[in-house]
Amino acid sequence: MRYHVANSLSEAVEMLAAEAGTAKVLAGGTDLLVQMKSGALVPDLLVDIKALEGMRDIVPEGGGYRIGAAVSGAQMGEHAGLRALWPGVVEAAGLIGSTQVQGRATIVGNLCNGSPAADSVPALIAAGAIARVVGPDGTREMRVADIPAGPGRTTLEKADIVDSVFLPARPARAGDAYLRFIPRTEMDIAVASAAVNLTLDAEGAVESALVVLGAVAPTAIMAYDAGTALVGSRLEPSALEQCAAACSAACNPIDDKRGTAAFRRQVVGVMAKRAARIAFERAGESL
Amino acid sequence: MGREFKILGTTPPRPDGIEKITGKALFGADLNVTGMLHGAVLRSPHAHARIVSLDVSAAAALPGVKAVITADDFAEVENAANRDTLHNCMAHGRVLYDGHALAAVAAVSKSVARAALNLIRVEYETLPHVTDVDAAMQPGAPVIHQGKKHKLAGDDVSDNVVGYYSFGHGDIEAGFAQADTVLERSFKTAAAHQGYIEPNACLADFKGDKADLWVSTQGHYLVRDICADILGMESSQLRVTAAEIGGGFGGKTTVFLEPVALALSRKAGKPVKMVMSREEVFRATGPTMSSSMDVKIGMTADGRITAAHARLRYQGGAFPYAMVMMGAMSAFAAYDLDHVQAEGWDVMTNRPKMISYRAPGAPMAIYAVEAVLDELCQKLDLDPLEVRLLNAADEGTKSSYGPTFKAIGLKACLKAAQAHPHYSAPLGPNQGRGVSAGFWFNFGGQVSVSMAITPDGTVNLTEGNPDIGGSRASVSMMAAEELGIPFEQVNTVIGDTGAIGFSDTTDGSRVTFTVGIATIKAAKAVKAECCKRVAKIWEIDADAVEWIDGAVHPTGHNAGDFPPMSLAEIAAMAGRTGGPIAGHFEGAPDKAGVSFGVHIVDTQVDPETGFTKILRYTAFQDAGKAIHPDYVEGQMQGGAVQGIGWALNEEYIYGEDGVLQNAGFLDYRIPVASDLPMIDTVIIEVPNPGHPFGVRGVGETAIVPPLAAISNAVARAAGVRLYALPMSPPRILAAMDHG
Repeated sequence: MRYHVANSLSEAVEMLAAEAGTAKVLAGGTDLLVQMKSGALVPDLLVDIKALEGMRDIVPEGGGYRIGAAVSGAQMGEHAGLRALWPGVVEAAGLIGSTQVQGRATIVGNLCNGSPAADSVPALIAAGAIARVVGPDGTREMRVADIPAGPGRTTLEKADIVDSVFLPARPARAGDAYLRFIPRTEMDIAVASAAVNLTLDAEGAVESALVVLGAVAPTAIMAYDAGTALVGSRLEPSALEQCAAACSAACNPIDDKRGTAAFRRQVVGVMAKRAARIAFERAGESL
Repeated sequence: MGREFKILGTTPPRPDGIEKITGKALFGADLNVTGMLHGAVLRSPHAHARIVSLDVSAAAALPGVKAVITADDFAEVENAANRDTLHNCMAHGRVLYDGHALAAVAAVSKSVARAALNLIRVEYETLPHVTDVDAAMQPGAPVIHQGKKHKLAGDDVSDNVVGYYSFGHGDIEAGFAQADTVLERSFKTAAAHQGYIEPNACLADFKGDKADLWVSTQGHYLVRDICADILGMESSQLRVTAAEIGGGFGGKTTVFLEPVALALSRKAGKPVKMVMSREEVFRATGPTMSSSMDVKIGMTADGRITAAHARLRYQGGAFPYAMVMMGAMSAFAAYDLDHVQAEGWDVMTNRPKMISYRAPGAPMAIYAVEAVLDELCQKLDLDPLEVRLLNAADEGTKSSYGPTFKAIGLKACLKAAQAHPHYSAPLGPNQGRGVSAGFWFNFGGQVSVSMAITPDGTVNLTEGNPDIGGSRASVSMMAAEELGIPFEQVNTVIGDTGAIGFSDTTDGSRVTFTVGIATIKAAKAVKAECCKRVAKIWEIDADAVEWIDGAVHPTGHNAGDFPPMSLAEIAAMAGRTGGPIAGHFEGAPDKAGVSFGVHIVDTQVDPETGFTKILRYTAFQDAGKAIHPDYVEGQMQGGAVQGIGWALNEEYIYGEDGVLQNAGFLDYRIPVASDLPMIDTVIIEVPNPGHPFGVRGVGETAIVPPLAAISNAVARAAGVRLYALPMSPPRILAAMDHG
């Protein structure tokens, strides 16, 4: 195995493109190193991008923020502006791993690892986040929603590097939230999760709502009907029940060691209801 | 007892504390020696298969590989138990469970060793397998080993039944006829791992026909004797040193890597270090048994138990074992019953062989009994603690497993629980309170202690039991108490197998009791010798002096004639009064006192997710005498937390293919700190008449009550009772939806 500290993104892309064997990008490494240590992955080339300029920066841009590929969950949690604008994304990123892992774990890595249970991905999708991808043919932008392709798989091409994720500006009366169900209180992986991003109108009713579900399908999925069920409501019980039912209908869970399909189908709606309430309050309304 | 103690009951810092918190203590994987090789093990991916062929030639030819071994590298072992242990460490002809070792390599680095494993060619012929206890008992089930069936197992069960036991007295049918209500329920519990944080590790070093072994173990004499037999050595040819241990909880009372490391070292002619990964710990060391149980209890309308019957079926993995006996003996031990029977069946399956886990065999049996009792209390609208008090065993009770109890602390625990503010605190919506009693026998066993007085008056105490829960502190305290000297003047070390005589393993909650007695006796010998020396110096009769508070005083008509001589003064002159002063004791004290406990827990169950939160927890336990109360509390808290994990989330999950699906701490869910409230403790002291200071063991009882206490609390919080552990959220939610 060769380990290379990249001097530039273009050099990193060239090396990845030229590698005939298994090549991996290292930023936080909290998934990669564990896979290597267990013997599940034996890469031929590791390209470390975390020292490149901008990779560890959170930069204001167009009323939103651009988050570098090596920005850690802990760094996001300490950024007051980001926390105020997208609290749901920050709380989702903050759930990845332990306190120690938070010092390294990144949302770009969380996205590129391709886990259906990735905590930050539903929140990023609900926020309408855009990934900037640098590849052999230059730089392009992709919706985060378009990147997951299945367990352990993404739509990224060989030698593509996600160098940052952009979180857009948002209206004043808006809020987002992320909740996951785990059998413990921390140090665990989502059995079912939901991110909700709400915008309210001048009267305090829901104007638009996006509900994204995690760990209940091969990828994080947008539950369109669950969002629609909330539009026009003030989260009255009937609207929340409709939202939960739409989540249960939208998901496609499996039975595995972490929970039954029936359990996931039921609990994902509960997570969505509860996340919706938190997002509603963050948007400035009380229930 | 009314005895005043100066040292016992205080809480000095443990002597091993500084080394541990500064990272200087050497644990199993911390020793490195010159020329050391790294060992690695090839493990079966199948639940049950015949090894058709095993070709290690390519691995052996890999540069950097110094030895490769298989079953062929071990001679036949005569002793049946040790032979099974060898076959568990290295498969012979068949692999019997997912993770079963079948070859091992020693190489110059871990990566070369791992690469060598990939070069070993194995052809398997998979065989039918069984991992569930009820399925394994069915006639026609795949039989793990032929010819091992217990003679009392009966004709209606398969040859996997390797043990049958029955305990009790009276006439249970007559007893059930006297009941107003009879309730029978069936239960299942999952296999749980001890969850020690330090993975199994050792370093073996052959020098000619002798060898040294450094190992993380609860019993280095046990390791010595098993390994010597397996390797065809005399015990005296193998010196075993116990490393500092990062947890064992019963799991480190046998060998897994040690004979393999020794065989590799013998073949390579170099030291070989082996350290398990966490995945290997789960797949190839022993968890405790899983179980399937039926419990039937008859009760009068006012709460008196008229009869009780338990049928316990334990699953203990791929080799014969005998642990259901402990379950059958302990199931009804807490109660004074006229008509009682507990039966147990030990069953083999295609799983790793079980090994002890804190009060082995008792928690699941007592869970089933205490859950049925609680349901009867609900049905009859009786107070759960009142009912237990009404039926509680006491001094003079003929126990359900035979012996008549001497002084015991169950009623004292129950009364303390009743009076505690926790028991009467208000509960909110979706909250429920559960209680359970618990029991463990405790054990004496063989012990050796040597107490040498250094010229500066320090007491060097050498004993043979690895310190797993603060025993160096408690043993030093007992020495200091008996000698009447400060705690700091005693230095307790754990000797290797060449340093001191045999000692049984650190298990059975035996160390504070047994090593304590040996220490007191060794101290008495030291005191007698000191008195003799001083009488000689003073030129008076030996019975004209006495030992008071760490010094020899003249007594009788010589009182006041000489200034008292301290231990340090006597030690300083020892060279001129007959040589070094020491005391020692070797023996097998047998009057260990049983220990009872009672736990109260409040839970809150989320009706939308089935998630159980532990709100409040209070543990009451009879310690006999708490030598170091902080470490007694630590044992009570640790046991309670392990029981909480067992009750709520911990389980070995096997697929249809018989492969373990959750070999790691991500999906084998022990509780994390944020899952838990402070575990409050109340130490009860009803002295054990069999120990000079009243000590009982305290290490194991505390894991027994949590299973039923939490189950009973969840039943009351959720309004629906579960009859299987763990009560993971999907199971609770499904039960609530169908309840």
